[in-house]
Amino acid sequence: MNKWIGALMLMIFSFQLSAAIEIYQFEHKQQEVLYSQLIDELRCLVCQNQNLSASNSALAKDLRHQTYQMVMEGQSQAQIMDYMTQRYGDFVLYRPPVKSSTVLLWLGPFILLLVGVWLLVSTLRKEKQQQGEQLSDEQHTHINKLLNSGDE
Amino acid sequence: MMKNSLPLILFILLVILLAVGLSLDPRKVPSPFIDKSAPQFKLPQLADSTRTISSEELKGQVWLLNVWASWCRACRAEHHLLNRLVQQHDITIVGLNYKDRDNEAKQWLEDLGNPYRHVAVDMQGLTGIDWGVYGVPETFLIDQQGIIRYKNIGPVSQSDLDDIIMPMIVKLEQGAL
Repeated sequence: MNKWIGALMLMIFSFQLSAAIEIYQFEHKQQEVLYSQLIDELRCLVCQNQNLSASNSALAKDLRHQTYQMVMEGQSQAQIMDYMTQRYGDFVLYRPPVKSSTVLLWLGPFILLLVGVWLLVSTLRKEKQQQGEQLSDEQHTHINKLLNSGDE
Repeated sequence: MMKNSLPLILFILLVILLAVGLSLDPRKVPSPFIDKSAPQFKLPQLADSTRTISSEELKGQVWLLNVWASWCRACRAEHHLLNRLVQQHDITIVGLNYKDRDNEAKQWLEDLGNPYRHVAVDMQGLTGIDWGVYGVPETFLIDQQGIIRYKNIGPVSQSDLDDIIMPMIVKLEQGAL
């Protein structure tokens, strides 16, 4: 049993390993930071649940190379992100911008949370109301009469 | 009555949502290029690498850009449809030979037939990146002004051709779209 829990823990807490194997040379530390930031933020379109840094697909490799070159040319993060979205759409970004087509994506979880809280509160209230219903004096005497009559 | 049916209504809505979600193909990412200018390219031709073909030369006509490679299995599936398309309709199909080897690409065309008016060689896949290609084969429909009007991701099927691509070509050629 403990073994299973251990295995489960490992699965839950294991960190994603990077599959990027190319070795790139950078002139400054900032370039390297920008590069790794970008390939973590950009999605691979072939293996859609992986970012560029984790994917082994040929396209991911090409796009990493493209990212590297653009970083070395001194392009900013925004410029490189723009370059990618122009070609592959917002889908290439793991954090798509908030706009009319993505607003449900951003707000959906909060809307669901609100609906959940509302359901919870209204259910609890209803239960409390039912519990809190008091008997009138008349009903009390009636009950006592019934209970006592059973003893005789 | 209303109170009791609320969970049922929520359940039905959830089922509808999931059913719609299941019917969508996550591989088909909407292209940001639809109704935008096609990216420029100037590439060597497969038949003769000393000559080039550029997107500029193709302006003024409705044409298809078909991204293919000899290593791509799905390209084989759609190839006979392209062969038939050019026999039936006088349309320029330009092949973008994506990250392929020239001799293998030439052999492939010899074996399966060549529906392309020109084949541009994109050895590095850089033009592919410019066109947002991520799943070969892909087919773009470009109008006389050089605007991308439609993109088909994956192999073109007979129904794609009959129901979407051919009607669009006809309309574009008549200037009715």
